[in-house]
Amino acid sequence: MKSLKIAAVVAAAFASASVYAQALIKIDGSSTVFPVTEAVAEDFQKAKKGNVRVTVGISGTGGGFKKFCRGETDISDASRPILKKEMEDCAKAGIKYVELPVAFDALTVVVNPKNSFIKQLTVAELKKMWEPGAQGKITKWNQVNPAWPDAPLKLFGPGADSGTFDYFTEAVNGKSKSSRGDFTASEDDNVLVQGVSRDNNALGFFGFAYYDENKGKLKAVPIVNPKGKAVMPSIDAVMAGEYEPLARPIFIYVSAKSMDRPEVREFVEFYLKEGGKLAKEVKYVPLGAADYKHALDNFSKKKTGTAFGGEAEVGVKVADLLKRNPKE
Amino acid sequence: MVNAADPNAIRAVRAIIARAKRWDLFFALLGILSLMVGVLTFSVLFLDMAIQGVPRLDLEFFTSFPSRRAANAGILSAWVGTVLVMLVTALAAVPLGVAAGVYLEEYAPKNWITDIIEINISNLAGIPSIVYGLLALGLFVYYFGFGQSILSAGLTLALLILPVIIVATREAIRAIPQSIHEGSYACGATTWQTVRDHILPYSSAGILTGVIIGMARAIGETAPIITIGALTFIAFLPTAPFSGEPPAGLFDWIFAPFTVMPIQMFNWTSRPEAAFTVNAAAAGFVLVFMTLAMNGLAIYVRYRLRKNIKW
Repeated sequence: MKSLKIAAVVAAAFASASVYAQALIKIDGSSTVFPVTEAVAEDFQKAKKGNVRVTVGISGTGGGFKKFCRGETDISDASRPILKKEMEDCAKAGIKYVELPVAFDALTVVVNPKNSFIKQLTVAELKKMWEPGAQGKITKWNQVNPAWPDAPLKLFGPGADSGTFDYFTEAVNGKSKSSRGDFTASEDDNVLVQGVSRDNNALGFFGFAYYDENKGKLKAVPIVNPKGKAVMPSIDAVMAGEYEPLARPIFIYVSAKSMDRPEVREFVEFYLKEGGKLAKEVKYVPLGAADYKHALDNFSKKKTGTAFGGEAEVGVKVADLLKRNPKE
Repeated sequence: MVNAADPNAIRAVRAIIARAKRWDLFFALLGILSLMVGVLTFSVLFLDMAIQGVPRLDLEFFTSFPSRRAANAGILSAWVGTVLVMLVTALAAVPLGVAAGVYLEEYAPKNWITDIIEINISNLAGIPSIVYGLLALGLFVYYFGFGQSILSAGLTLALLILPVIIVATREAIRAIPQSIHEGSYACGATTWQTVRDHILPYSSAGILTGVIIGMARAIGETAPIITIGALTFIAFLPTAPFSGEPPAGLFDWIFAPFTVMPIQMFNWTSRPEAAFTVNAAAAGFVLVFMTLAMNGLAIYVRYRLRKNIKW
């Protein structure tokens, strides 16, 4: 009789434990991916009526991978593919992961609205301004293109720790992180917006959302794509694959171990289903519907590893990425 | 000997007085000017923030979680996080700091070891806060396994303000007249009895001021808190006492993930949408108000405690 009572109490305790044990999904990483992940986390928690808790931190892509490869987080936000060094760290700790592209960001090159001579820019012209050799030498607009005025060239860009900087230098100068050092750098994109909007001779670059929100203060420059067409950055142009090479995919990395937990699986599925709509809301560019479906398929098949092999790449189609056989 | 009737001598004396007064006035003006640099800068910043932020303050702002929509976003998780972290900080730093201060003043022998400790404490107060953050990341988060929790954050900030509290405690004890000490010992009291019945009651006003100054510094700290892993988006509160997973206890919340006001503010300022700047200003106003309220409380309590002391 007594043992029956104890059993009942224990059972009750376990029953209540299942009520109390609130599932927690931990996400950390890039500040660029943060707005999208935050929007997804917000709506997912509402959809689950608070039964699943999601936390999102901002440690930067590199900082996020450090935590991810230590097994501290379930999902890592990344504005660039995982690097060799990070792959090794993850492998050492036995952390496997699925790499999922979730949206595009359009790197936007902007000038002051009073600048009337810039109608478009080629990658070659950007390179002339930004390559390491330009440091201290290319200081005037007419040095880049003789048709432009003899005015000082003031450059603004994100700091060297940001994935935006990595991608821009890779796309323009051909090597990630290789750039001139004598430009005004800030990790805070709003500082860059202020800088370019106050200086008639300024040129800067940052994510599309910051341009879109400050259209009155800035002028975006159409970039000549590899097909020779000058394209204004816009959600439609990126979706059509015309805004090249400055459109870049952003990713989430999901730990394979966490995938065994139903709430994590549900969250990622929610991300890939609703992410496109939410990305657009926070001024990022959704992938094509087929790409989301393909990503969802890769996820459910648990295709672990990265499609990049630890190297940065520019101008790959997301559809091609998803078809690749990922390496660990 | 100056002849009082000599008009030249009187003129000379007056000239000296006038010059001294001019210097006096000059120095007073310089002092006021220096004071204004601080006061005006703060006033302008505070007013600017208030004008932007105060219209945004409503009950919903305090009871909503962060959101991607600026109009729905609130500071619930941030202010609860800040209050809880401050609670842990106070519970850890005050007993340790006061005990260390009392020991150094009343018990410690005067020798070179004590001197080294004293010099180190003064130096600790000047160490950049990020260093404390890195120490705490290794010690509290990983070595002790507290994780990225309110406990880790509270202890980190406690380390940060410990020197301030120790120094304030010692200053407060030194302000007590030596005769009180001597009287107590003369009556045959032990050191502990002297400390308990005289030193602590009389110095509590000064100690409290130090505690509040330290807390006011800690409440605005961001760098060490980010280092140990504070979050940016968190839409739930720490577990309330006795409501968590069984065996539920009073202190389940200390292991909860968290964010604090300065981090929430910083995140909002770095967003593209201008509406978030207004949120940041409102959060900043609340943060400054929290600090001012703590200082106000300190002044009031000090006044009350001083009134009760009769030497």
